[in-house]
Amino acid sequence: MLQAVALSCRRGERRLFSDLNVKVERGKLLAVVGENGSGKTSLLRIFSSLLPPEEGSVRWEGQDIHQLKELYSGQLMYLGHLNGLKDDLTAVENLVSSMALAGEPCSESKAKEALEAIGLKRQVHRLPSKVLSQGQKRRVALARLWLSTRPLWLLDEPFTSLDTASTAVVTQRLHAHLQREGLVVVVTHQEIGLPAERLQQLRLAG
Amino acid sequence: MSDSSMWVSISGIIRRDLLLAMRRWSDAAMSVFFLVIVVSLFPLGVGPEPAVLRTIAPGVLWVAALLTCLLSLARVFTPDYLDGVLEQMVLVPQPLSLLVLGKVLAHWVISGLPVVLLSPLLGLQFGLEGEALGVLVLSLLLGTPTLSMIGAIGAALVLGVRGSGLLVALLVLPLYVPVLIFGAGAVTSSMAGIGGEANLSLLGACLVLSLFLAPWATAAALRIALE
Repeated sequence: MLQAVALSCRRGERRLFSDLNVKVERGKLLAVVGENGSGKTSLLRIFSSLLPPEEGSVRWEGQDIHQLKELYSGQLMYLGHLNGLKDDLTAVENLVSSMALAGEPCSESKAKEALEAIGLKRQVHRLPSKVLSQGQKRRVALARLWLSTRPLWLLDEPFTSLDTASTAVVTQRLHAHLQREGLVVVVTHQEIGLPAERLQQLRLAG
Repeated sequence: MSDSSMWVSISGIIRRDLLLAMRRWSDAAMSVFFLVIVVSLFPLGVGPEPAVLRTIAPGVLWVAALLTCLLSLARVFTPDYLDGVLEQMVLVPQPLSLLVLGKVLAHWVISGLPVVLLSPLLGLQFGLEGEALGVLVLSLLLGTPTLSMIGAIGAALVLGVRGSGLLVALLVLPLYVPVLIFGAGAVTSSMAGIGGEANLSLLGACLVLSLFLAPWATAAALRIALE
């Protein structure tokens, strides 16, 4: 269970939100929506522990994440709006190295399976990432969803530059994760095609 | 977390950085050419008098090594910062300072080790021979990792700052002074026949100290850069 208690966040002079309380149970997806600049990404970064909140705390299974530190990092997978891909490495190399870095090593064949699951064909696997399109790069980054065993997924606009078919595939993957008692927090502008009982929405006023 | 997953993360980072360096070998090659050219400029400017060249050799070679290291600092964290890998690194369930140590090690292999390997040749160009040449290589072998460690702190501090190239030089060069003094001092004193052991021990001490403190300071700076 992920819980935000009386969170407030300030970026520079601007107060983005204050006294924010939200609770996400296992098996639920929290969609964070709101206008540009309303603090959605900041909230996700606070959830990931990249950004310390000005006030309040984030709790994972009842414990403050700033006390859990590495124990908490071991529970989450974060995908920001940057893809975290190296231009000079191929899709497979990128995927293998970012899984190794995360401490969840995977073989090349597993990486290829994940890339195929998200609809990247074999010809694309061996190309350096710099020649891929935006949507293809996003898909390489999202392929980590097929390899990660972490219960908490924090995704910043995962559907940007994806076509409708890939959006559906990713949504299915999110659904499967929720069915396995996983937890997802998504920052998005899009409707997510999941059953209503799985969904929870948080609108930031800005 | 267990030790094994720690090694997976650290070796993963080292392997990726070395692979990237191989794909972009021209970057590393340029640093090496820079070193060779800077060192070769001195005989042209000062004149070919062997005694003079031998006297200035330790200082020139060490300053050139320092500048070469400085040039490559922009490549340590900036690419990772821009493409989002740094965020992933901070969120790895391992102490960030250990990952930093892995990155600095990779940086040293790419930019410090070539300097060490090339130094006997450059030393010969200045008329160094015998023991002095050996001490030069040894001093660089002990000193260049320290340069990488200290440089990483500077590189992390200036992440995302405008004009960071010059700023990192201003931050880091003063901190390089002790390494320069001990390093060049080792070669000079060995040429004078009093042996370079004292200075080499001090270089070793600098290395140990930086191994302990620099990764920790760098990790703190990286976290601040990402906030």
